[in-house]
Order: sequence, then structure tokens, then C-alpha cells
Amino acid sequence: MIEILAERFNFMIVIILMMTGLYAVVATGNLVKRLVGLSLFQTSVFLLYITIGKVFGGQPPILPEYGAGYGEEGGYGEGGTAMTDHGGAAANSAADAMGAAVQHPDPAYASAEAIYSNPLPHVLILTAIVVGVATLAVGLALVVRIRETYGTIEDEAINRADYAVDSAGRNT
Amino acid sequence: MEFLASLLPASLSTHAPAIVVVAPLLMAAFAAVMPNGRLGWAVTLIAVIFSALMALSIISDVQTGGVISYAMGGWAPPAGIEFRIDGLNAVLLLVIAVLGLLSVIYALPSVADEIAEDRQALFYSAFLVCFAGLIGVAITGDAFNMFVFLEISSISTYVLVGMGADKDRRALTAAYNYLILGTIGATFFVIGVGFLYMATGTLNMGDMASRLPDISDSRVVQAAFAFIIVGLGLKAAMFPLHLWLPNAYAYAPNFVTSFLASTATKVAFYTLVRFMFDVFWPEAPFVEVSFLWVFAILGIVGMIVASVQAVFQDDARRLLAFSSVGQVGYMMLGLGMGTVAGVSASMLHLVNHAMMKGALFMALGAFAIRFGIRRISDLNGFAQSMPFTSVAFTIGGLSLVGVPMTVGFWSKWYLGVAALENGWWWAVAALILSSLIALAYVARMLAAIWVAEPHHDRTGAIAHARAPWLMLAPMWVLAIANIWFFFQPDFLISMANAAAEAAFAGATR
Repeated sequence: MIEILAERFNFMIVIILMMTGLYAVVATGNLVKRLVGLSLFQTSVFLLYITIGKVFGGQPPILPEYGAGYGEEGGYGEGGTAMTDHGGAAANSAADAMGAAVQHPDPAYASAEAIYSNPLPHVLILTAIVVGVATLAVGLALVVRIRETYGTIEDEAINRADYAVDSAGRNT
Repeated sequence: MEFLASLLPASLSTHAPAIVVVAPLLMAAFAAVMPNGRLGWAVTLIAVIFSALMALSIISDVQTGGVISYAMGGWAPPAGIEFRIDGLNAVLLLVIAVLGLLSVIYALPSVADEIAEDRQALFYSAFLVCFAGLIGVAITGDAFNMFVFLEISSISTYVLVGMGADKDRRALTAAYNYLILGTIGATFFVIGVGFLYMATGTLNMGDMASRLPDISDSRVVQAAFAFIIVGLGLKAAMFPLHLWLPNAYAYAPNFVTSFLASTATKVAFYTLVRFMFDVFWPEAPFVEVSFLWVFAILGIVGMIVASVQAVFQDDARRLLAFSSVGQVGYMMLGLGMGTVAGVSASMLHLVNHAMMKGALFMALGAFAIRFGIRRISDLNGFAQSMPFTSVAFTIGGLSLVGVPMTVGFWSKWYLGVAALENGWWWAVAALILSSLIALAYVARMLAAIWVAEPHHDRTGAIAHARAPWLMLAPMWVLAIANIWFFFQPDFLISMANAAAEAAFAGATR
């Protein structure tokens, strides 16, 4: 049991963060704290994706000509196409959920074969982080406006204020 | 439609799938810097008309030539991002393009009334971003790209809903709650997509579909299915996950409500269909179980409970919002039948509901701009105060109940027929019961409009008013469409059938 947990250490962190975030969203009445929980929740998903992309013994996904010790020649174009062919390569090694080993198609490179971590999840998460930041920004802006109009950022106080206005309107 | 499409230059129509999304995004930047609301509106109108033309060209191409696959940026599909349009999302594209165009025409007087002058241009800009996002969700063939577009449209929707705060401060809390729940939904969806990527190593939905059947025993795939269904169910306001919807619809600006009610949840519903039938496949044990025990049951509970809740609402727009949750229940029921006829009935109801709810919310907005009404009791006697708008509202309301002579009848008819084909007599009973409850809440509003004493102004005469023609025109287009498509239903039904067949064809790919 301990071994299984230790092997999946990353996933344990992801699950703990995810549950903490969700709990914070559900349990707190403070609007800002709720957004913090939401952010935690999203961050755990970012970590999940980055975990997928890791290949044990893999190099950072940098083209040979820019890295050290992979020979002098090597066109950018060839390297470029090899890097984007994530689909097929990823499928083979994906059964163990650990991403892709990209091999150079050119036989001249056979001696300089390199195993890369799959760069795609990182790119995806870069996009997701931007989305997360935008959501957080809109959320905080809304909290500022709520604070301006209601004078509070506690959920219960806001509900009470709305209820008071609503029932006053009904009586008139 | 072919005639319009043939007017476009060839290069435009080849790249139409890209342009239809990029044009509103680019124009959003222009709209944002416009000095006043009128110019912002003009830019928005141009962008939406252009996008709608592109969408029509795409739809006519799909109808003549089958599936369109567009490689974004020239990168070939399995690796690059693919925009893929078949019969299923052609319907969505049509709904978004037409309803978007009508809503924008409607917007000018409505927004001028509800939004502060200095914020109008920015408001239109946010609308364009939302419009582009919805179209993007509808036509992309890449799972992660779909998440990004979903969030583009959602984030701008939170802004649009929050802008209702000029009239009612509760719009702020409605937008905030929508943001929290919407983000949780989108994050669940992206977890599901991540699991699918782990299992298949691809993000292209067609590619995923071809690889998934080999690994259907995998716990990862089943977990992915669960996450995706819950995430998209939240976005589509499926019954127990609908709590964000009533307030968001009730307090958003009127134009936003009529646009969102007719497009946003529909797009999320489409993504559900896409994932259940195309990416996953209906014969998979875990998908098959979900048909009856998740979608049919929750659909029926939703359409009855939400309709009952609607009966007890005081606020006219909240009433219609709860009714929307009930109508999503109809669509889920059709989906839960898991047959071509069921999905086809769902798609038909999707289009019909866009027409009737669009007309109803537009009419409420027209009432509001003249008399500032919110509650149902405020509607008293509007048949004499605002006859044109009242008639349009009545047509929409009758269509919502499913009275013959309106298009709502066909959606219930085909849903009922599809249910009987499955031998689900209890689903038909639920359909009838929920239609009766719908009759109750629609009758409540219609009684206020037609029977109750009208408003009197200071002199004791009946207060007359007419909505601006920019509001009347799109409202009446929708109201007439509600009647027209009862007598000429072939176009809608053939489209819905093509959509259902496309959904099932994807499964055998």
C-alpha cells in the first residue's frame, strides 16, 4: 500500500490539493476565500497534466542543436516536425499514463537518440493557466463590485440584505 | 442559402471555419475602443452579420458535401487543431448565427436603456468575445481547444451577466455564483480531457474515438466519462446542477438573457451529445448505463420539478429561467433514449426552444424598456398597453406549452414518438404531466396580460406604448418562425435527423 502511494506521489498531491480546493469553495462564506479555493482546485489540475507529461529519464524537450552533445548538424525543420508528432508516439507509451518518448526519424540521429518529456501537456497548461488567471481576475473584480454595492463580502450578509430588499418590495 | 453562399469569394469560403471565429474576436478589439455605444453596436452588427454569412456558407457546404475538416494554421489534424463541421454541429452553428444576429439587432435600444453610456462599447466587445467562444465550441474538433473556447465564452458571459448590476444589484452575486459553478464545471471537463489524453495520447476527438473502444475496460476512460458528463452537465444546467441558472437569467440585462437562453446552454448540450455518441460510443457499458439512469431519470425529474418551481415564481424572468431548466430536461430525456429518433427529437427541441425562449425573453425586455416591469403582477393588462409585444409573447408562450399551430408541438410529438418506440410509456406520461404544469405557469402570465385590469396613467386613460421597432422586428421574426415551422417543419426535421445520424455515424467511425 505504502509502495503504491509512494509510486504515485504526484497523484496524491493532486488529489489532496483538489479536495482542499473544493472544500474551501463549498465550506466558506467569504467570497474571496472561495476564489482562493477555486484557484487551488484549478492548480491541482495543472499539476495533474504536468505529471502526465513526465517521462522517467527524459530530457527537457529542447531541440538537439540547442542542447548539449547531440551533434552539430540537424535542421530546425526536421526537428520541428518530429516534436509535433506527439499523437502516435504518445499512444504507445501512454498506457502507463506517462507521456511520450519522441524519437528522431532521421537514421543519422540513431546514435544520438534522445528521450524527451512530452512537451504538449506543458503547452496546454500554459493556456489553462491563462484561462485560470482570467477567471480569477473577473471573480475578484466582481467581489470588488459586490463590496462596493453591499458593503460586505460575506455570503450570509449579502443574502440577508437581498432578502430584506425583496420582502420590503413585496409589502409596498 | 446556397445563393448567399455563392456570393462569397472562393478563398473566403475555403477558410470560413477559421474566419467565422476569428472575425468576431478581432472586431471585439475594435468595438472596445469605440467612443460610444452606437458605434460599438454598429461594429458588433457588422461582425455578427459577417460571421453569420460565413456560418451559412459552411452550413450549405455541409449539406451538399458532407463533413468539413479544416486544419487550423495548416497543421494536419491528428497533431494540429482541427475544426470539424458535420450535420450535428451545423445545427448549432445555424442557431448561434441566427439568434446572435437577431439578438444584436434587438440590443441597441435595450442596451441603451440598461447599461451606462460609457460602458456600452465595452459591453458589446464582451458580447462579441462570447459569441466567438460559442461558435468555437460548436465547430472545434479538438478536445482541449473546446475547453479553451468554453472558457472564453463563459468568462465573457460572467461579465455580461454582471453588467445587469446597473438595474439590479443582485446581478453581481448571480454572476459571482455563475463564475464559481461554471469554473468548477469547466475544470471537471478539463480533468476528464486530461484522463482521455492519458489513455489515448491524442486530443483530436475523432482520433480519440477510434482509439477508445480498444481500451474500454480502462478505469481511466470510465473516470474520464464521469468527469466530462458532470462538467458539461453543469454548463448545460442539467437538473441537479442548474442552481446558477435562474438568478443569472433573471438579473442579466434583457438582451443578454435572450441571447444566452437561446444559445449558451444549447452549446453545452451539444458538447454532451458530441462526447457521448462521438468520442465515447453508445454501446459502451458505462455509456449505456448512463442513458437510462442518469439522463432519462434526471431529465424527467428536472422537467417536472423545475416546472413546478416555475409556477411559484413571482419574477417573470425567473419563471422563464426555471422553465428553461425544465426544457433542458426534455432534451436530456431525448438524449437518454439513446436512439437516433431520441437524439433527433432532442436536436429538434433544441432549435425550437431557442426560437420560443428567444421570443419570450425579447418580449419581456420590450415590456421592461417601456414600463420597467419585473413581477408577473406588473404584466397586468399589457394586451391593451402594448398589443404587438403581447401577441408575440403569447405565441412564444403557447409554443412553450406545445399547443398545435406552434412549433413546440412538434418537439413534444417527436419526443413522445421516440419514447414510445423504446416502450417508455412512463416518459410519455411525464411529458404530458410536465406540459400541463407548463400550461399552468404560462397561463398565469397570459392571464395577467390578457384578462387583468390594464395600467392607467394619471388621467385615468390606458397607458399605451410601443416598443422600438429594432426590438419588435427580431421578436416578431422569432414569433412568426414559431408558427411558420409548424406548417413547414420539413427543414427543421431533416436538419435534426441529419444531426442525429451524424452523431451516430461518428460512433462507428
